[in-house]
Amino acid sequence: MQLVTFGDLIWMTSAAFLTFCIFSFLFRDNPFYRFAEHLTVGVSAGYWIAILYHTSLTDLWLEPLGASFKALGHPEGSIIAKIGVILLNLTPGLLGLLMFSRFFSKTSWISRWSIAFYLGISCGVELPLFLQSFVVRQVAANMIDPRAIFSVMGADLTVLFNYGNSTLLFWQGFGQLIILVGSMCGLAYFYFSAEHKGFMGGAAKIGIWILMLGFGATFGYTVMSRISLLIGRFNYLIGWVSAIGDYFRI
Amino acid sequence: MTQAFWHKIMDIDRRWIYLVIGIVTFVPMLRYIGMPVQITSEVKSVYDRIESLQPGTIVMVPMEFDPATAAELQPMSRAILRHCFSRNLKVLSTAFMIDGVVLIENDLKVIAAEYGKVYGKDYVYLGYKPYMEVVLLNMGENFRKPFPKDYYGNKLDDLPMMKGVNNYSNLACIVNVNGTSGADFWINYANGRYGAPLALGVTAVMATDYYAFLQSKQIFGLIGGLKGAAEYEKLIGRNKDIANRSMDAVSVAHVFIILFIIIGNIAFFATGREKRI
Repeated sequence: MQLVTFGDLIWMTSAAFLTFCIFSFLFRDNPFYRFAEHLTVGVSAGYWIAILYHTSLTDLWLEPLGASFKALGHPEGSIIAKIGVILLNLTPGLLGLLMFSRFFSKTSWISRWSIAFYLGISCGVELPLFLQSFVVRQVAANMIDPRAIFSVMGADLTVLFNYGNSTLLFWQGFGQLIILVGSMCGLAYFYFSAEHKGFMGGAAKIGIWILMLGFGATFGYTVMSRISLLIGRFNYLIGWVSAIGDYFRI
Repeated sequence: MTQAFWHKIMDIDRRWIYLVIGIVTFVPMLRYIGMPVQITSEVKSVYDRIESLQPGTIVMVPMEFDPATAAELQPMSRAILRHCFSRNLKVLSTAFMIDGVVLIENDLKVIAAEYGKVYGKDYVYLGYKPYMEVVLLNMGENFRKPFPKDYYGNKLDDLPMMKGVNNYSNLACIVNVNGTSGADFWINYANGRYGAPLALGVTAVMATDYYAFLQSKQIFGLIGGLKGAAEYEKLIGRNKDIANRSMDAVSVAHVFIILFIIIGNIAFFATGREKRI
């Protein structure tokens, strides 16, 4: 049984060729790289239009709009309400069409209405929730009573010294202390209304060290991420070579 | 002589480094060694939560990645889907990254078929809708608002799995696999506004940003990058799946990058560059 068809092989080979085109940029900029880059942009634009038309424009605008016009033909219901529904359904489409005014310099200002509408809604909805999720809850998570941390750490040490085994709560408490001190010192580094001298200077210095540790962790993760992407492409190329082998029964 | 050597190191053409990294990444992929992968508590808690659910409950697995981040997130989402289907949980999925819509659809189909799951009864794919924040808010009210139909054009009420499933409150939990800043929206809206239990699977680049939300218990678990995916594969007993097989290459490449950093720093100081800054 042939697992890989000739059609599959053509597509896989095209993808492998484009992968090599992109990799060629590592040597230097060249026409192959630019071909692959432009192809990606072009294909993406076409693909986006198709997906947006089929999964958004039709069922979120065209169909409800068509249904509201159809409802005009039915005798039941108030005509004013029906016209209201039509206007409501027309509005998002009209706002969308206004965006095309950007193509003409004289009318491009009209597109700001759509943008303003979207920005207004986004700000109104997002601001209170953002404050709650990204500020209040983060601050609350750092409001730890240091006495509680020290008592847990002390209890764990007592167990360790008396019975020779640890519940590891010491290290958990130690971690919480680092978070507590790190947050305070990190904030101290970004407090510019007092000169970074004496106690403030010391706290800011610890703060910068904590930030550096954070950047280091992010750098390590970024390296892993980039290597993972390279591995992804290599995995593809290995699969492509084995598909060629399967097809030609090498 | 030594100075000349370090100067040469400092002026080395970066393409040699690319070549070395390419070779040391590629070679370990040819033969699986199986370097150890340690399970972390943040990944285990996602596994434990799914493991604790009763068969038939619905888990939402929104997948927001495209070919650019698929290398990291596809193994992760596949492992999560396999875990859910093997536990006979129902899966509701979306794709808010437009380039990944078909990629994710294909994964769902293939993995559901592995476990003999039926579309509409055991899993539903809602597909893509633009303006994610608005969609997430609307899903908190009713899935039918942003998604009158699923990806295939079926009305949600016609799908047996969606009968009586209206919003986040009908889900056991959400495990969002995300390669974009859209993860913030899930924290902000699904968890922040509607209190849905949320876990994140993110690219390694993003992982450090989201540990803060783990500590504040806004998310109950975090799977970071290919390493996280490898841990999850190991937890579900699939030690030879793609993420685990790739970890050998990751480890070897990391060793070389650390070596390069050390050599680079030695060369930097040996050539007295610090005086010229």
